[in-house]
Amino acid sequence: MMLLRQTVSRLVTTLITLFGVAVIVFVVIRVVPGNPIAMMLPPGASEADIERLKTLYGLDKSIFEQFIIWFSNVLHGDFGTSISTRQPVLSLVLDRLPATLELSIMALVMAVAIGGTLAVLGTRFRGRKTEAGIDVANGIGLSIPDFLWGLALILLFGVLWPVFQISGRVSPRLELPFTSQFYLFESLLRLRFDIMADLLSHMFMPALALALPLAAIISQLLKLSLKETVNLDYSVLARTKGYSETKVILSEALPNSILPTLTLVGVQFTFLIGGTVIIERLFSYEGLGNMAIDAVINRDLPLIQGIVILFAILFTFVNLAVDMTYAFLNPKLRHA
Amino acid sequence: MSGFLEIRGLSARLAGTGQRLLRSVDISLPAGCVRGLVGESGAGKSMIGKAVLGVLPKAVEIIEGEILLDGQDLQKVSPAERRRLIGAKAALIPQDPLTALNPSRRIGPQITDRLVDILGWTKARATTRALEVLAEVSIPEPERIMRLYPHELSGGMRQRILIASAFAAEPKLIVADEPTTALDVTVQKQILKLISELQARHGTALLFVTHDLGVVSKVCDTLSVLYAGKVVEDTTVERFFAAPQHGYSSALLAATPRHTDPSSSLKPVPHEVLETVAAEIAASDAAWRPNGGARG
Ligand SMILES: Nc1ncnc2c1ncn2[C@@H]1O[C@H](COP(=O)(O)OP(=O)(O)OP(=O)(O)O)[C@@H](O)[C@H]1O
Ligand SMILES: [Mg+2]
Repeated sequence: MMLLRQTVSRLVTTLITLFGVAVIVFVVIRVVPGNPIAMMLPPGASEADIERLKTLYGLDKSIFEQFIIWFSNVLHGDFGTSISTRQPVLSLVLDRLPATLELSIMALVMAVAIGGTLAVLGTRFRGRKTEAGIDVANGIGLSIPDFLWGLALILLFGVLWPVFQISGRVSPRLELPFTSQFYLFESLLRLRFDIMADLLSHMFMPALALALPLAAIISQLLKLSLKETVNLDYSVLARTKGYSETKVILSEALPNSILPTLTLVGVQFTFLIGGTVIIERLFSYEGLGNMAIDAVINRDLPLIQGIVILFAILFTFVNLAVDMTYAFLNPKLRHA
Repeated sequence: MSGFLEIRGLSARLAGTGQRLLRSVDISLPAGCVRGLVGESGAGKSMIGKAVLGVLPKAVEIIEGEILLDGQDLQKVSPAERRRLIGAKAALIPQDPLTALNPSRRIGPQITDRLVDILGWTKARATTRALEVLAEVSIPEPERIMRLYPHELSGGMRQRILIASAFAAEPKLIVADEPTTALDVTVQKQILKLISELQARHGTALLFVTHDLGVVSKVCDTLSVLYAGKVVEDTTVERFFAAPQHGYSSALLAATPRHTDPSSSLKPVPHEVLETVAAEIAASDAAWRPNGGARG
């Protein structure tokens, strides 16, 4: 009962949020200078040509009218037509979404693996040089933004020691047998490890650049929580049973420390997804973020709107997933 | 005479400040006997229990002395071997049942984990044993309880479970650190009785940390009175209650309300007594040299 009411109220807030995002984006991109029509026509086009195109894309009406038209179309699943590519926004956006999802999830996995390992090591060797070293690494990870990490990685793994691909999502020479845009996932399912290796080689640097700041946050928060938990009574009791320090950290402390860390990681993960915009551009990775920048440059209003709404939906889903994981991991909520 | 647990000349201090926490502590506990550790807050009672179980805080270092468990010096074996020895031969009944069970693990595994992981039993045997000890501490429906999480149980139930868990591996020594102070007064007596019964039935040596002399008179055979990390009196329970030898012991006894004399009220330990003990400790500290002969 309680759960149902929570779900409903959550759904309502989500819809209101999405509506708000739609309104704001719609207004902002029409108020800022820049004319999509001017971008489409050759220099010296006549006033009549401009007016004709404006009418075609509905840009001659007031912002309010434009919004009503756009919104009622959206409710019917029609996000309009991209001005620059003349293709339906929805299919453009959905085509690129898998690339960004795979990149973000890979970055999240890397961040959790790196941050988690550092947190456990730092706790295991607390008060020693290892922990001090990890604290320094966390500080560096936190103070350098993802795009600078991207540049540093390009220098390191692209120029000085060129072992990874710098640009794109997959090598153009490869024949792709895929039916979906989830290349990495599908290559795994089809056991095409040659393609998978190529995809990973492309994904490694952008994913790592996105992962490092989050890894530092996870490492710092989780270590803080672990160091508290390893001194709690049940951890001490486990030691008297004969368990090693490492075992105490992993099986007594970690399950209890993940929970407080999780909520913050969820918020940070949405920032990570936001970071894909610049990182994808930097590595010419063909995802949503890269398309978003093109759309802004071309003043492709319907496409910008579509992308922003999709990002907003994505963020909402991430938050929902975090809350559900939280409830699932917490025995007290599970039985409430 | 050599007990199952022998602590000889154990001194410990805080690593940072060098503050002495234990001063040449000697404690002997034969198999199957119960020794009380009494003294006021901060005297070092828990510290001794932690030293025996190998869980001293990182900030505390042992300067000298030996802790022999079943004849083996815990200071002389590798850390891994020490953990295994302690896990196999000793167990802890903790003070606060609300914090001593891991909230994210089910009850069952928290009882069987030592049996399986440390003692190498099969899962089936460990589960049978867990059900057995849970029945022994009067837990109803042990199969169901084993599947629950700690927050689904009352404090008294949890302490019973912790007691069962401590006895599950048939340890020869149990350290109980104020096992009833965190509980409701109504269940304190039952839990005390339960520990006492199990101890007698299993012939376990019990190191019982408490500041309640009334509890000592019911549960213990011998006791060590601690002040500022020093054993000021080591005696049997009969002798202690009949005629305490040390001034501090007498004062402690006088400070405890007697059940026989309801009119007596709680009195603080007199100032002169404390000054005398402090002077004694200062004198023995002055005469003490690390690894030297002189011991207070
Ligand atoms: N983790 C720690 N780090 C540093 N000092 C500590 C730590 N734990 C305890 N001490 C100090 O060690 C001394 C002995 O503490 P201990 O816990 O053994 O006292 P106690 O006799 O058990 O008292 P209580 O009846 O309050 O439990 C105290 O002076 C205390 O301040
Ligand atoms: Mg104590």
